[in-house]
Amino acid sequence: MSSTDQKGHKRDYQIDSENKISRRKFLKLSTIGASITAWTLTMIGLLKFPKPALLPDVSNIFKIGKPEDMPVGTKKIIEDKKVRIVRDGDGIYAVSLICTHLGCIVSKTSKGYQCPCHGSKFNERGDVVAGPAPRGLSWLEVSQLPSGKLVVNAGKKVPAGTKYVV
Amino acid sequence: MPLPKSLKEFFENLKELPQTFQKSFIRHDKPTSDRARSQIIFGNSFLHIFSTRIHRYSLKPKFTFGLGVIAASSFIILIVTGVLLMIYYKPSVELAYDSIKDIQFIVPGGRFIRNVHRWATNVMIISVFLHMARVFYTAAYKRTRQFNWVLGIGLLALTLMMSFTGYLLPWDQLAYWAVTIATNIAASFNELTDALNITEYFDPGSLMKILLLGSKEIGEDALIRFYWLHCIILPIVLVMVLAVHIWRVRKDGGLARPDNIKEKELEGIPKDPLSDKTFNYAPEKTYGLMCIVKGESNAVERGPEQTVSSWPHMMIRIAALFMITFTFICVYAYFVDAPLKEMANPVVPENPAKAPWYFLGLQELVSYSAFMGGVGIPTLALLGLALIPYLDKEKQEIGRWLRNKESRRVAWISFGFSAATVIGMLIFTVSFGWLRNWVPNIPQLVITFINPGTVLVTFFVFWSFYCMAKYKSTRMAAIALFTCFLVAFVILTYFATYHRGPNWDFYWLKSQWPVH
Repeated sequence: MSSTDQKGHKRDYQIDSENKISRRKFLKLSTIGASITAWTLTMIGLLKFPKPALLPDVSNIFKIGKPEDMPVGTKKIIEDKKVRIVRDGDGIYAVSLICTHLGCIVSKTSKGYQCPCHGSKFNERGDVVAGPAPRGLSWLEVSQLPSGKLVVNAGKKVPAGTKYVV
Repeated sequence: MPLPKSLKEFFENLKELPQTFQKSFIRHDKPTSDRARSQIIFGNSFLHIFSTRIHRYSLKPKFTFGLGVIAASSFIILIVTGVLLMIYYKPSVELAYDSIKDIQFIVPGGRFIRNVHRWATNVMIISVFLHMARVFYTAAYKRTRQFNWVLGIGLLALTLMMSFTGYLLPWDQLAYWAVTIATNIAASFNELTDALNITEYFDPGSLMKILLLGSKEIGEDALIRFYWLHCIILPIVLVMVLAVHIWRVRKDGGLARPDNIKEKELEGIPKDPLSDKTFNYAPEKTYGLMCIVKGESNAVERGPEQTVSSWPHMMIRIAALFMITFTFICVYAYFVDAPLKEMANPVVPENPAKAPWYFLGLQELVSYSAFMGGVGIPTLALLGLALIPYLDKEKQEIGRWLRNKESRRVAWISFGFSAATVIGMLIFTVSFGWLRNWVPNIPQLVITFINPGTVLVTFFVFWSFYCMAKYKSTRMAAIALFTCFLVAFVILTYFATYHRGPNWDFYWLKSQWPVH
């Protein structure tokens, strides 16, 4: 590419015309473009860094014993699993004791459950009665192993009122 | 035999070593001239963030009350004690609590260092809040200082984050349940997404929680992440922002000050006889600000200038404030131990599980709605604060405490208005409950948006607009809103500290709490 200026001297570069892009501008734009792309992709890659592909969590599934050990009317709290197991005439169900507001552990009162941190109150079924909790206590999936033992999956919620019929 | 010349020189050099070393170390004369006094400041890499001259008005104790210096002093104390504590602290779920016990009971002086670290936090938080109020009420965020106000708000947020990540580290009951609550607040965005039934596809709340915890559960990863934030990331960011914050004060020509300062206002503040003089041509003035500042900086044919040398007049005051702060914290730390609860128990929270006092206002708001109290209102408040200088651009006098009658009136009325609405709202909520007590099946979305917290914010915003219309002034609106938030913060903090008991129920006195 070369052009001639008014005095007739030859120039080895093109002044930015309407249709053509000058070499300087082209190089400038490609440099900027390349850096932006490189930085963006690097950052996106780095953003994934704090989230491991496999979270170091322990299993949420645990056994609670055989149905024979739980006659109708059984109500027990498994403290370290933060769950309450109830067997009534319809079946067996498990209610989580983790407050749906901000994760404190609710305590059992005569009327239902109460959260010590921000005062949410739940009834016997786990429905919210008062306080800031956005929804009722979670009902957890109860199933039975071939051996007859009952299993609670604390990672899997079921609609309130779902009972495992033995 | 005479000594060879080189040997003679050597002994002479040896004899002069102390003097020559000192001269190479401090490269200026004794501070007896303005020139040498300036050199002390700009020749020292640590002091040169300050200017060499300071306006007498900036030294006025009743103008600043030294709050910024107190905040920075307590931060320096926190860095030093924090680095010392790191020698013994072990960031592991099994060892953290015991290492704090070791610091408390086995390490010589450990208990004292930890107490100083803990109480310096309190001093820093209080002074940062008061400093913000000082800057606001003296309108010092105006005229070229808008962005520095934004940085200040950033520093407030950083201070609170530092304090929060700090009290998690002992891994006691307070720590464990604070992590639980905080990370669930971070996840509380799904209060919204749940209500809209889109959590399955769009769940930024849970992502935030996983990023903070490094897991879905609280454990080793969570502790390491908060340790990393507390000891590396937040301090580095805070130091950098703080440096820019102080630097910009200097670039704006020192602290904000009024245009017309009367001699009466400067009574009792040291004076430089030279600064009374009006210089007629440049070479007569033998000192300068040694930097280019915004505004009218040319001092020639303009006087009196009313500046004094920063060394010693400013430095001695900074040193005194540092010493007062340090002494106060030390005495307090000698007599009062930093709290340490029982070891973290993931199964049983404390009842009530209360945060440190400065977060209790927030905890009260969170007890109305997790998302609004923990994310919505704090974000709005910080954003609102940060935007003040951009929405209130009214020209007015800066550097005086609410100088005109009108602004004092607005501040007092807003104080009354805010106190009345907050106390009224608390009485109402305690006696009658809220929407869910009357309409049990009310959708959560309604409570998220209409709860005592948001109602108060709405009251304040309306009040602010009312003041804007009545006084035809954005500054008055800003004063109204700022006062309302400050008063609400104080009352809510007080209320949650003294009148919330087990299960977050209302009690007049702690002695009425049920025993269990």
